[in-house]
Amino acid sequence: MADDTLLFQLTNASHSYGEQPVLQGIDLRVQRGEKLALLGPSGAGKSTLLNLLYAQRPQECALQPQGGALVELLSVYHNIFMGGLDRVGTLAALWNLLRPLAASRQEITAIAVQLGLEEKLWHSVDRLSGGQRQRVAIGRALYRRQPIYLGDEPVSSVDPLQAQLLLSHILAQHETAVVSLHNRRLALENFDRVVVLQEGRICCDCAAAELSSEQLDRYYLQSGSPETAPGHEAADADGWVIRTS
Amino acid sequence: MRVALREALSQSLLQPLRQSSARSLNSVCLLMIGAALLALPFADFRIYSVDPWSELSRIGLGLLLPGWEQPLSLLQAIGHTIAFALLAVAIAAPLGLLLAMVFRWRLVRLLCAAVRSVHELFWGLIFMQLYGISALTGLLAILVPFTGMFAKVFAEIFEQQSRTPAQTLPPAAPALARYVYTLIPQSLPALLSYTRYRFECALRSSAILGFIGLPTLGFHLESAFKQGHYSEAGALLWAFLLLIASIRYWLRPRLLPLYLLAALWALPETVGFSSGGSLWRFISEDIWPTPLLQGDWPALAEWGAGMWQQQVWPGLLQTLLLTQVAVVLTGVVILLSYPLAAKSLAGPWMRWPGRFLLLALRSAPEMVLAYLFLLLFGPSGLPVVLALALHNGGLIAFLVANASDAEQATRTPRPDDPSGLKRYAYVETPRRFPALLALLFYRWEVILRESAIMGLLGVATLGFFIDSAFEEIRYDRAMLLIVVGALLNMVVDTVSRRLRRSFAAAPV
Repeated sequence: MADDTLLFQLTNASHSYGEQPVLQGIDLRVQRGEKLALLGPSGAGKSTLLNLLYAQRPQECALQPQGGALVELLSVYHNIFMGGLDRVGTLAALWNLLRPLAASRQEITAIAVQLGLEEKLWHSVDRLSGGQRQRVAIGRALYRRQPIYLGDEPVSSVDPLQAQLLLSHILAQHETAVVSLHNRRLALENFDRVVVLQEGRICCDCAAAELSSEQLDRYYLQSGSPETAPGHEAADADGWVIRTS
Repeated sequence: MRVALREALSQSLLQPLRQSSARSLNSVCLLMIGAALLALPFADFRIYSVDPWSELSRIGLGLLLPGWEQPLSLLQAIGHTIAFALLAVAIAAPLGLLLAMVFRWRLVRLLCAAVRSVHELFWGLIFMQLYGISALTGLLAILVPFTGMFAKVFAEIFEQQSRTPAQTLPPAAPALARYVYTLIPQSLPALLSYTRYRFECALRSSAILGFIGLPTLGFHLESAFKQGHYSEAGALLWAFLLLIASIRYWLRPRLLPLYLLAALWALPETVGFSSGGSLWRFISEDIWPTPLLQGDWPALAEWGAGMWQQQVWPGLLQTLLLTQVAVVLTGVVILLSYPLAAKSLAGPWMRWPGRFLLLALRSAPEMVLAYLFLLLFGPSGLPVVLALALHNGGLIAFLVANASDAEQATRTPRPDDPSGLKRYAYVETPRRFPALLALLFYRWEVILRESAIMGLLGVATLGFFIDSAFEEIRYDRAMLLIVVGALLNMVVDTVSRRLRRSFAAAPV
């Protein structure tokens, strides 16, 4: 064991869907205990990067994909319960569909109360609003009870105040977290490290304390940031972003 | 023919342009029509009957004036028909669901393809040798092939579901629990609606099992026709039509347990079968040709050559020829009949008689239709082709008309929309055609299975030789013929899937 605290390591990693490259030359190391925010315009490769990280340690990760990945016909209770499916046997899991297990019921009610879902606990999730659905997805991730949280836009459908509360709750419950966000302020205020992706490359990787909101805004407006090596730019031929030089 | 198919395929793949999609559809159609025209002179289409019209008028009169002297036996026949169908689906659907979960295993896929490529009636004939005319025979005859179909279709439905919910589950979660919490609830509406459709098919299968002696509606229908009791036959046909048309009113999920109990109670008792057949003897000895069991290779070769020349090849050829003609004729029936039931063509009120006609054609089992036409024209390929084309054409035309109505409801009408024949030719038919063709190819293998089975009525397709082999208690011959039919069915299934993919229509 070379490095006990190193959780994820990507070295010059690339990924493409068919002919379309989505990630190129990614170098990223995530240590135990880090809270990392992933930023970047949509289509930059954030979701793909999260999936690559998930594939490295699926057993220890609570994954919350974009859109929440809820199962429409099942209730809020069952959608949260799924996160702990490895802690019960097959028969108990089947029985739980007919009659909720007493212990799970207690645990999940507690989570639902924290998330403000207690009144909706027995509703099918297809009847819920976007914000409620997102809280159910958070509930499932919490019920996974893993040390690492990987979230893809986990609070995009709730109002700013709720987003702040939910995010700090998620971060408090997990030792390590990698979260993609589009709200730059949330990223700067809640995380200790910020990684910015642009057209499938990492163009900024630094401590949140060193960054300002204005600096971050620039990555969304243009490419060619100080952190990007000029060689990288030349290799990147199909950019649709307005070039400054 | 395979080469030409491949050419048509590659052409359509090479030219993904919009205007060429019509060309690739046309080339596929021309290919099918050309093959059917080639088949025409070789298929047996003689008319044997001297005076079909007087027979027809008597049948028509029976349909108009249905009557039944013993209502109790009619009720009993309906009860048996429902009991077989209900119990068979109740067992086959969960089994198919379990198999669908392991459908990635090649062995399971092969097994399912094999069992579903043999028609219910052939399964009935096989199980009859073992269990006689019994409830077990009727149940197994339906549930064995249906399990294979459920497994395949359920697995296809699972494939269409989103994978992300499963991604959020713990990797260590037990496999069955994963399915029960994600893929099954995700696809439940699709699973249920297919099961409902299959139940309708099971009712038809159950009814025609009567033609080989089980006490369902088909049995009474055949004897009523044989004895010339046309009003009784009419009553049976009406009863069956009402049964199918009213499924949605009486098949309620809540009532299912009650129905299943009633079905168990309604199962018929075993009749006329004294010695229980030995399954092991049947599998290990009866179905193999004697020369093979004795290791007498020259004799085996002689047996094989004789079978090929006298039964396999003629049966295979007639089956294929009739199938080809029937498929093209089905297309003609669809194109002629769907406008009768579509709102935009027949009008909001005039479509109802059309819809009723299509529903009647869809509800009537092919075998029953063929039997009717057989009485009119005698035992040639003509009744077979007519029955297959009318039943399948009605079924697809009904779906096509529904799709047209559904689109009509969502689209705002344009003031310059053409009407009547112009609308049919320039708007509706071009819009419906890809889906229509996809459905037709989907039914191709079904039509093949059915035309093989029509041999039981005396037409010289594979079923004729299989039936006579069973009658002569030559199980080795029967098995060879059944296996050949199953292989042919799998080939057609593959070709039709490739063709459907080539014009990439959205499945309906």
